[in-house]
Amino acid sequence: MRPALLRQVAAFVATVVVIQLASVAGEKAFLLTQLTMSAYYTLVVLGLSLFMGYAGQISLGHAAFFAVGGYTSAVMTTFDLGPFRSTAWVAAAGKVGLLATRTDAFGSQVLAFHPWPAMACAVLLTAAIAFAVGVPVLKLKGHYLAMATLGLGTIVYSVALGTATLGAADGISGVPPLPVLPGIAVGGNGSRIANYYVAGTVLAVSMLLLLNLVHSRVGRALRAIHGAEDAASAMGVDTAHYKVRTFVLSAAMAGLAGVLLTHYNGSIGPSEASIMKSVKYVAIVAVGGMGSLWGTLAASMVLNFLSLRGYFGTLDDAVFGTILVVVMLFAPQGILAIDLRRALRFLRPTRGAPAEPG
Amino acid sequence: MLRIRNLDAGYGSLTVLRRVSIHVKPGEIVAIVGANGAGKSTLLKTIVGLVRPRAGEVLFEGTDVSRTPTEAIVRAGCSLVPEGRQVFADMTVWENLLLGAHVQRGKGGRAGLQADLDRICGLFPVLAERRRQLAGTLSGGEQQMLAMGRALMAHPRLLMLDEPSMGLAPLIVRDIFDIVVRISAAGSTVLLVEQNARSALKVAHRGYVLETGTITMQGTSEELLANRDVQRAYLGKDANEESERGAP
Amino acid sequence: MTGALAIQYLVAGLTYGTIYAVVGMGFNIIYNTTGIINFAQGEFVMLGGMIAVSLHAILPLPLAIAGAVLATMVVGALIELVFIHWLSRPTVLRMIIVTIGISILIREVALLIWGHNVRVLPYFTGNEISAIDLLGARISPQVLWVVAVCAAMVALTTAFFQWTMLGRQMRACASNQVGAAVCGLPIRRLVTLSFVLSAGMGALAGCVVCPITYTQYGMGTGLAIKGFTVAILGGLGNSLGAVAAGLLLGIIESFTVSQLPTAFKDTVSIAILLGVLLLRPSGLFGARVATRA
Repeated sequence: MRPALLRQVAAFVATVVVIQLASVAGEKAFLLTQLTMSAYYTLVVLGLSLFMGYAGQISLGHAAFFAVGGYTSAVMTTFDLGPFRSTAWVAAAGKVGLLATRTDAFGSQVLAFHPWPAMACAVLLTAAIAFAVGVPVLKLKGHYLAMATLGLGTIVYSVALGTATLGAADGISGVPPLPVLPGIAVGGNGSRIANYYVAGTVLAVSMLLLLNLVHSRVGRALRAIHGAEDAASAMGVDTAHYKVRTFVLSAAMAGLAGVLLTHYNGSIGPSEASIMKSVKYVAIVAVGGMGSLWGTLAASMVLNFLSLRGYFGTLDDAVFGTILVVVMLFAPQGILAIDLRRALRFLRPTRGAPAEPG
Repeated sequence: MLRIRNLDAGYGSLTVLRRVSIHVKPGEIVAIVGANGAGKSTLLKTIVGLVRPRAGEVLFEGTDVSRTPTEAIVRAGCSLVPEGRQVFADMTVWENLLLGAHVQRGKGGRAGLQADLDRICGLFPVLAERRRQLAGTLSGGEQQMLAMGRALMAHPRLLMLDEPSMGLAPLIVRDIFDIVVRISAAGSTVLLVEQNARSALKVAHRGYVLETGTITMQGTSEELLANRDVQRAYLGKDANEESERGAP
Repeated sequence: MTGALAIQYLVAGLTYGTIYAVVGMGFNIIYNTTGIINFAQGEFVMLGGMIAVSLHAILPLPLAIAGAVLATMVVGALIELVFIHWLSRPTVLRMIIVTIGISILIREVALLIWGHNVRVLPYFTGNEISAIDLLGARISPQVLWVVAVCAAMVALTTAFFQWTMLGRQMRACASNQVGAAVCGLPIRRLVTLSFVLSAGMGALAGCVVCPITYTQYGMGTGLAIKGFTVAILGGLGNSLGAVAAGLLLGIIESFTVSQLPTAFKDTVSIAILLGVLLLRPSGLFGARVATRA
């Protein structure tokens, strides 16, 4: 692990702490809630940034993985297995310690899966779906890939919206908190500050792992694929392998984020799987610079925070749409990489030059 | 007719041409020879406006066209037969020629258009035969003729050809160069760029040698053909082959 | 399923199918001339209906429709001029994202102007309950309008591209951009024209189908996905293929809905999209081979 990277992560952790202390001091501790939520959405964006920025692919359906993770965990921890107590597998699961009894909001006893196996299942399921879908779909390129991922996202959304067991339009609520350490749990009536630090820790660890990945041989292979896939392939880089792996990793991250946020909020709804959510993730990746992890993290925290606090009001979708257009036209490498002179050259009419594909 | 002064041009951050200066007088055939990657195609593309120069001037009949869009340059009388032919593969031969006449629209009307088509078919009889065929089904040589015919439909005063012999059999190459001479005789000025230095210099009046983006030699075609450096670098192989076969 | 019921479903399928076909053709026109997949294609249909409804408050129906088509064509031109025009080397990825962004913006502006309400135009002839008897099934005369207008559009567009000089020029751009440039063709203007044409077609389709399906600010996205499915299914770039594919999709969708809950209506077209992309990306009728030099 390179010392430079460790320093970066340490700086990040320090920032997290400073913000928390500042918020308490300024008596705006309630802001920590939106920061925590933003952190979990940022987890999705980071994974997507790896896939889009480094591997150079596109996914317009990543919200689907978030939803799969969240819904799986929600269902498993809320579906009352009480009536099925006597069946073989429920009894077995109980013996192994996978189940937990708790009292739900209405006061009745619910026998459901403990959040930990639920979380594990959720992430594994997300990864499995990503793998199954990724292998055929990632053979496509450009707009075909974009459309395929869009289609997948729409299917998950339709299923979430249309299935009664998944709560249809209302989604699932009453999701129990996810215990992390004795006394600390994600969600529930747990301390706002504790939750904030849990989220911060998750982000810090993720950044550590991603930075490590990106600066390793794998990272270089990914960049080679992004730069010139055919050339990379000719040089012996197993492009399909890397693309699928990156896809699965980014999907797993999204799934994990879904689990954590669902337990934090205590609920999940079909809107988490909507196309607009996927598009927002892409917009943030674009702003942060495809391929700049810290830039993406910063962009994501800021934009998600503002959106969650309602600063964009009813124009929320419009803001992200505008971001997409503006960033793609003027700063495809991300805001931080703007070269104003080059950007302004776009304002002069070009000389009949034909558009080049790819 | 064409004067280029200290031209720098390239793609993105890559500079391909450095301080290139050439000129072409009316009625001449000028050849630019050089190896692959020397920048010959870039030069023609810059002249016609597909690439924008970084520095220097491109003067066509006295006017600086370095910032003029391709559309206007073609209308002003400078046409390019691009590298690789670039015909409209899924359109018929006739439609290809029709499109070449775009800049002549309005001048001469229907009768003028028909006269132009007849003239081109006279120059390239095979095109008349295949007028209803899709351009993509033509042979390499026929496509080259189509591309040249298409460019000629625009009544160019300066006709530029980018590697006309590329990918063509030697016999066809000979036909193409014969036609270049005929086009010149009919009044057009020709600037051609070629890897096949021997054939190019044999039909040209003057020539330039372009090496990695700069002009290294210039002179009449006789001077260049006789020049030992040129012979060694660009004519060696051809010279041996031709003397074995008994060159024309 | 009785014969009459089957005909009802078939007719419904054809009605939606013609709209999908027109959207698919719109995709192809822009793709052919520029290589861009225009995500905002569905928004043109929405705008056509919406603007027509608004204009109808002050103008007679035919003028309202004409006005809506013209206004949408202006929007199409503006999109090209403001967003697409000055990109000197657009990559496929950038263009997809830009057009998605544009479609979101159009949708949000529509929401701002017209709100969440569903809007509807009056039937061109008759009203909601008038019906024509066809082999035992009752069909709204509006359906005939939809089919007739869309068929006319398809025929005119095909004739345009095949036989007019302007149409040939656009085909040339699609076929080979370098070749088009050296012929002195006004490529930028032709690109703008392709957007204008696509927008106009979409808008007219939106107007003619509005009495049946109503129009709402958010209908564009779903149409864009279906239009893309149709374009790919018919072979990207193949306009007549898109027509056939559109009708096919409409009919399949219609019969599926008769068997499955409506929530899954969209899933059908997406399943078809994924199937085509993964199994036969060149579509049923073969994509056009265009060299983009």
